[in-house]
Amino acid sequence: MTDAFIYDAVRTPRGKGKADGSLHEITPVSLATQVLEAVRDRNQIDTAEIDDIAFGCVSPVGEQGAVITRTAIMNAGFAESTAGIHVNRFCASGLEAANIAAAKVKAGEADLTIGGGVESMSRVPMGSDGGAWATDPAVAFKTYFVPQGISADLIATKYGFSRDDVDAYAVESQKRAAKSWDEKRFEKSIVPVKDVMGEPVLAHDETVRAKTDMQSLGALNPSFAMLGGQFGFDAVALQKYPEFEKIKHVHHAGNSSGIVDGAAAVLIGNEEAGKRIGMKPRARIRAMASVGSEPTIMLTGPEFAAKKALKRAGMEKSDIELWELNEAFASVVLRFMQALDIDHSDINVNGGAIAMGHPLGATGAIILGTVVDELERSGKENALITLCIGGGMGTATIIERVN
Amino acid sequence: MSFKTLSIDVDGDGIALITIDLPGESMNVWNADLISDFGEAVEKVLGDDAIKGAVITSGKASGFLAGADLNMLGSASASSTQEAFEGAFGLNAMLRKMETGGNTAKDLKNGAAHAKPIAAAVNGLALGGGLELVLACHYRVVADNPKIQLGVPEVQVGLLPGGGGTQRLPRLAGLQSAAMLATQGKPVDPQAAKAQGFIDEIAPAEDVVAKAKAWVKANPKAVQPWDKKGFKFPGGGGAMDPRSVQFFMAANAMGQRETKHNYPAVQYILSCMYEGSIVPFDTAIRIESKYFTKLLTSPQTRNMIRTLFINKQAAEKGAARPKDVPPSDIKTVGVLGAGLMGSGITHVSVKGGMNVIVLDRDMEAAENAVAYSKKILDKRVSRGKMTKEAAEEFLSKIKPTADYNDLKDVDLIIEAVFEDPDVKADVIKKTEAVIGEDVIFASNTSTLPITGLAKHSKRPDQFIGMHFFSPVEKMPLLEIIPGDRSGDRALATALDYNRKIRKTPIVVKDVRGFYTNRVVPPYLNEAMTMVKEGVKPALIENAASLLGMPVGPLALVDETSLSLGLMLVRSTKKELGDDYKPTGVEDLLEKMVEGLGRQGRKSGGGFYDYPEGAPKHLWRGVSEHFPEADEQPSAEDVKERLLYAQLIPAAHCFADEIVPDPKSADLGAIFGWGFAPWTGGPMSYIDTIGVEAFVQKAESLAQRYGERFNPPAKFRDMADEGAGLYGKAA
Repeated sequence: MTDAFIYDAVRTPRGKGKADGSLHEITPVSLATQVLEAVRDRNQIDTAEIDDIAFGCVSPVGEQGAVITRTAIMNAGFAESTAGIHVNRFCASGLEAANIAAAKVKAGEADLTIGGGVESMSRVPMGSDGGAWATDPAVAFKTYFVPQGISADLIATKYGFSRDDVDAYAVESQKRAAKSWDEKRFEKSIVPVKDVMGEPVLAHDETVRAKTDMQSLGALNPSFAMLGGQFGFDAVALQKYPEFEKIKHVHHAGNSSGIVDGAAAVLIGNEEAGKRIGMKPRARIRAMASVGSEPTIMLTGPEFAAKKALKRAGMEKSDIELWELNEAFASVVLRFMQALDIDHSDINVNGGAIAMGHPLGATGAIILGTVVDELERSGKENALITLCIGGGMGTATIIERVN
Repeated sequence: MSFKTLSIDVDGDGIALITIDLPGESMNVWNADLISDFGEAVEKVLGDDAIKGAVITSGKASGFLAGADLNMLGSASASSTQEAFEGAFGLNAMLRKMETGGNTAKDLKNGAAHAKPIAAAVNGLALGGGLELVLACHYRVVADNPKIQLGVPEVQVGLLPGGGGTQRLPRLAGLQSAAMLATQGKPVDPQAAKAQGFIDEIAPAEDVVAKAKAWVKANPKAVQPWDKKGFKFPGGGGAMDPRSVQFFMAANAMGQRETKHNYPAVQYILSCMYEGSIVPFDTAIRIESKYFTKLLTSPQTRNMIRTLFINKQAAEKGAARPKDVPPSDIKTVGVLGAGLMGSGITHVSVKGGMNVIVLDRDMEAAENAVAYSKKILDKRVSRGKMTKEAAEEFLSKIKPTADYNDLKDVDLIIEAVFEDPDVKADVIKKTEAVIGEDVIFASNTSTLPITGLAKHSKRPDQFIGMHFFSPVEKMPLLEIIPGDRSGDRALATALDYNRKIRKTPIVVKDVRGFYTNRVVPPYLNEAMTMVKEGVKPALIENAASLLGMPVGPLALVDETSLSLGLMLVRSTKKELGDDYKPTGVEDLLEKMVEGLGRQGRKSGGGFYDYPEGAPKHLWRGVSEHFPEADEQPSAEDVKERLLYAQLIPAAHCFADEIVPDPKSADLGAIFGWGFAPWTGGPMSYIDTIGVEAFVQKAESLAQRYGERFNPPAKFRDMADEGAGLYGKAA
């Protein structure tokens, strides 16, 4: 099968996903447009060479609706021949979009593609697209639906992570993110966002808090205790996990991923296409995998996705030198490290969504690009990128540095 | 046109007054006759040009309409799903025709048509299908009596409101109020109903018809709000409104928390409201009827209706009462002993309309019974549920005494002194010396054989056992135990008394533990056996909860106390000697009580800790002293063990004729110790899965866990014969 290579990766800085966030005034189409323009402009690509673009977006309604990818392609002034597809794999949408883009290349359907994602959580709030799982009684009852925060607390309960454990993880995430910014580790891929006048509005991730410590996190109240107690979701979770007397609520705003706005794009193509546009490949995509797993605990899918991807790549766990798992909640990463026996120094080395935020549709593409940069910076060879996903799914991608 | 169940009277204004009055019934209900008559009445009102509109009321002082005749529903049989649906949809279609005047929704919406105005004049309770009839009217006037109950209680027997209730209620009152009413089944009074928006007017009882007529006269063109253009659910509805999305998310979780997935009716009610709020009304009521049909044709609903309604009512009306004995007239009860049980019996007797003379060894002890009732009544008074005067009148009916002579005029004796044969013998002798020769003597006991106690009586044919449960005013079951020589009059009187205090009675054989106390201990022992095996206590408790038990077995052991458990083990051992069959948890009880000082809830905790001002939680020491096994069983396995630990002894009781029939076994289980009500009782459960399947499962459990799980021989025989417990008819 044809090899798929990563030629470039860009992302916007992430803006606080609220009305007072720096990117709130920027439309999601504009965010998507700006990353597409960056890929084109900084590499001087004739966009007629780009066959197809897949973008993840998790709340595809309103201004994010109606295949935002194609809207952004048109808005960016790409060649009319470039097609666009919208992808929704919840939190892994950005990585899944890159995987789809790569799969098109591998399958011989396309020579050059872009995978990426966009989400303006400040403008199109999470849950805006509705959905039957939580609301339709026939489905919710049958599947023991609980919100993700309850699932994250269930992971902590089941696998024995204390409030201190999850807080300590969060403090370290903030430290790593701050250090990475200090050392300009994100410089290669950051594309400052510009406003309608063409003036820059944001050049750095807005939610990093270098001074976060155990004490400041200790002051925060658990976010999901009321949802669990008063609304009954703890009881639902315990009906599925009756070996526990109660759910320990340890997650809060400080050890969960932040709500932010952002976009990212990853240029993917076969060897020929690279030559045609005069670019050198930076990484090779070795394997991709998606799985479903138990939906009530919901967020332990990465373990199984990672194992599946390793198996498909014919690789061992020990072949991976660098791990990246989206920091949806601290317990998700702690459980992944526990399950696969991964040292904290080998995972999320530049911090993650607890510090920098999780723009749902874009995050997968953001962390894919971050890992490409980090492989080059550290000189490591193989990395595995994965995300936990609503409904118990997991998506993983293994890449190898070739530059 | 002639009607059996209603009359139509058209007045000078052309307004038809439809008065529903089922002949020979104390209460109006939807039965086959009324459904047929009402359908014709609707046709007449709609078809007769001289009739301008209608008012629907009831001819009964007892109420407006109390819902569907559950005997009819319980025996409904259809040869196909489609036929069952058509049957279920009949009421919906009829009410829909009434509210649309037979016009299409499209014509109503664009103003091309309207319906003849129909108003309800509600003079008493309207429940279930009764309230649904009211809701289908265009205007609803209810008498200003706070005792009038308005609600849709179908969920309590495993059904849903199938006459448009799941659609009209949310369209009038909003999803939240409607879901509360329908999933909990609790009725509200007229003021609350008006505040929630599902009735329009409250008027003095004598004016409800006039008010309803006035509205009909003033509103010749009626259209329901949901048939008008631009209708919106109050408070939001549909799949996309953020308010209803949030509502359904929470309702789904709470519904699961409350039902533990054992009562599909709750989910179906929410589904009717969810799906029904997305589609037009005519589609919505078809969806409702489909969910209703699913419930009505399920064995679970049949079992629930049979046990929780039909058999419960029959038992309470005295189904087991010897027919030839003339009714007794119990005005005054003599209660012997003013301890916990005697005081409780005193309380329920007064509540049942009787006077009580309560005797104890001295006045001070006897006064306990008054204090007991006072405490209960004070709470009711402080909550505004009872007036101070009523409470005082209640207490005035209790006469404490230490003098046996005060008992000379009582109509019934209930003895509730200490569970000691000698004490009881003494009391029996002293009491019989003063009471009338024909007075029935009932002895409350949970452990002593009645036949043995009756030997101390001069009149053993008038002697009978009654096993009350504690706390008496809360526990719904009464076990009535005739001894070998108890006569028909004793049994009849016991049941007459029971009817006054409104318990659910079962008549059981005079053997150790009677019925309930032969089943509950093996169940609790099974839970403690699992603790010994290293099963996580939380898993045991949660599995019981998932099974539908109201409290976990370890919590129940704490309530009744481990020390009592240990005491019973020792006394039984002593009494039976070599015949004693070990329970397997003697050592656990000893260790907990004597080794670890864990005696139970009232003395510092048992399997649980009971911190002051916080909810109880499992005592961590349990896992320390009974280490958790590395390999834990599945919740399904634990559930099964806990279930069969009850089914097997209950089956033995039926096989050994300790309970006379399956229905008594079912009633005693649900109302005695809270056996999962969704099953309809242990015998209904066995009947539904099939006796053969039960026997096989029991035998496989016996192989895995021990011979205590072996099914009774009688059930093996029944399995061989392909016999069932209930037979075809309920």
